[in-house]
Amino acid sequence: MPRPSVATMPIITDFKAIATGLFVTWKHIFRRSVTVEYPEVKRTPAPRYRARIVLTRDPDGGERCVACYLCSAACPVDCISMEAAEDGNGRRYARWFRINFSRCIFCGLCAEACPTLAIQMTPDYEICERDIMELVYEKEDLLIDGCGKDPAYNFYRHAGIGVAQPRGAGEREEEPVDARGLMP
Amino acid sequence: MSPIALDIAIHLAKIALIFFVVLTLAAYLVFAERRILAWIQDRKGPNRVGPFGLLQPLADLIKLLTKEDFRPAGADKWLFYLAPAMAAIPAILTFAVIPFGAPLQLFGREVPLQVADLNVGLLFFLALSSIAVYGVALGGWASNSKYALLGSIRGLAQLISYELSMGLSLVPTVMLAGSLRLSDIVGAQEGIWFIVYQPLAFAIFLISIAAECKRIPFDIPEAEGELVAGFHTEYSGMRFGLFFVGEYINIIVLGGLATTFFLGGWHGPWLPPFAWFSVKTLAFAFFFIWMRGTLPRLRYDQLMHLGWKVLTPLALVNILVTGWILMLR
Repeated sequence: MPRPSVATMPIITDFKAIATGLFVTWKHIFRRSVTVEYPEVKRTPAPRYRARIVLTRDPDGGERCVACYLCSAACPVDCISMEAAEDGNGRRYARWFRINFSRCIFCGLCAEACPTLAIQMTPDYEICERDIMELVYEKEDLLIDGCGKDPAYNFYRHAGIGVAQPRGAGEREEEPVDARGLMP
Repeated sequence: MSPIALDIAIHLAKIALIFFVVLTLAAYLVFAERRILAWIQDRKGPNRVGPFGLLQPLADLIKLLTKEDFRPAGADKWLFYLAPAMAAIPAILTFAVIPFGAPLQLFGREVPLQVADLNVGLLFFLALSSIAVYGVALGGWASNSKYALLGSIRGLAQLISYELSMGLSLVPTVMLAGSLRLSDIVGAQEGIWFIVYQPLAFAIFLISIAAECKRIPFDIPEAEGELVAGFHTEYSGMRFGLFFVGEYINIIVLGGLATTFFLGGWHGPWLPPFAWFSVKTLAFAFFFIWMRGTLPRLRYDQLMHLGWKVLTPLALVNILVTGWILMLR
């Protein structure tokens, strides 16, 4: 593109544009600011806001987490770690479960990955500590006494073969078929 | 007290007053700029420290003083340490020739509200504004950093493109006032301000001083986003603060000079002279802030183009026309 010469420089249009711009900013000086002054005024985040992560319990009060490591595998910043264990009647649980919130990016992939809806995001965004080690949450910090977003859901009612109840006793689960009984 | 001692005392008092007022004003100009820019952008700006955030400059000062004073490896030690002062001192030194109020009657003598009423006051200002760029150029050079160097090169290129038109735009005021002495220039505007006779010269001077104090749209030497922070990229702590405050002192001083040259200095009805001078000067400061909130940055070559091909010829034509009219009168 050839450079405009002095003679053809659109001086009048330029000045008009500058004046228009100045007028716009002048109007904005008197406009109400959109700032939310945080410590005094707190916004209520949406219910599905992704902030502090919790471990929920099923309606019976048992831990939902079965320590399948899917959340830990899904986590893009590797902030979730745990150790799986099994109790007397074959039910898996996490011996310890740790989320490092100084690493967590609150992407919610762990909650999406969770097959038992145990790990959930909450709208509590005020996670701030002087000591960074305080941001490493252990299982007892993460575990809450409620069911979170799916109050009725109980994983072991649907699956977990022979762990919580005998085979065929789950919801919408038929009696096991005796394969040998089908013999002619 | 002997007359000489009294003279010295009055001068020292004036110098102390100017130092205190200008430095405080510069610090508060930073605060005002942050608040006004925030309003322009529908934000609130700093309002946490003290009532309405009024102690923010103090907090900033404490922060800057307690920060690490870092010198990059390979930097030229002495130039690096001196450059901020070289940028800030000429700025405040220029204030010496600005008459900021009507002469006072004090201790039975007339005390001009001006530190030094030089008979070449205008040249003194032009000389100091050229010296101020040494701080920019040497600071960038001594930093041993490519961004700082690019910033200082741009600073020099900018200087040669606006300085000429700035000087030339002041010639008509000198022709009208018949003197280079700033108090005479103010005195000549007792009736009608020079902006009425010289709107074009005023416009050229306004654009040039915006370039002189490196403000948007002419903040090319420190263009953040292109050059990190330009010539002061490598500076930290109070040395950076000195560059920064120097820039704001520059705004006040150049606003004061524009007032002196075109807006009748301290002349004005009803209000006391000092108040008129302050109002006009701060109006310029506000205009610069407002402009910063509005305009984008010019490109490097666009400024050169504007300076050399538009402003300088216009200023020359303006001088010619003014001279012609003055001769015919």
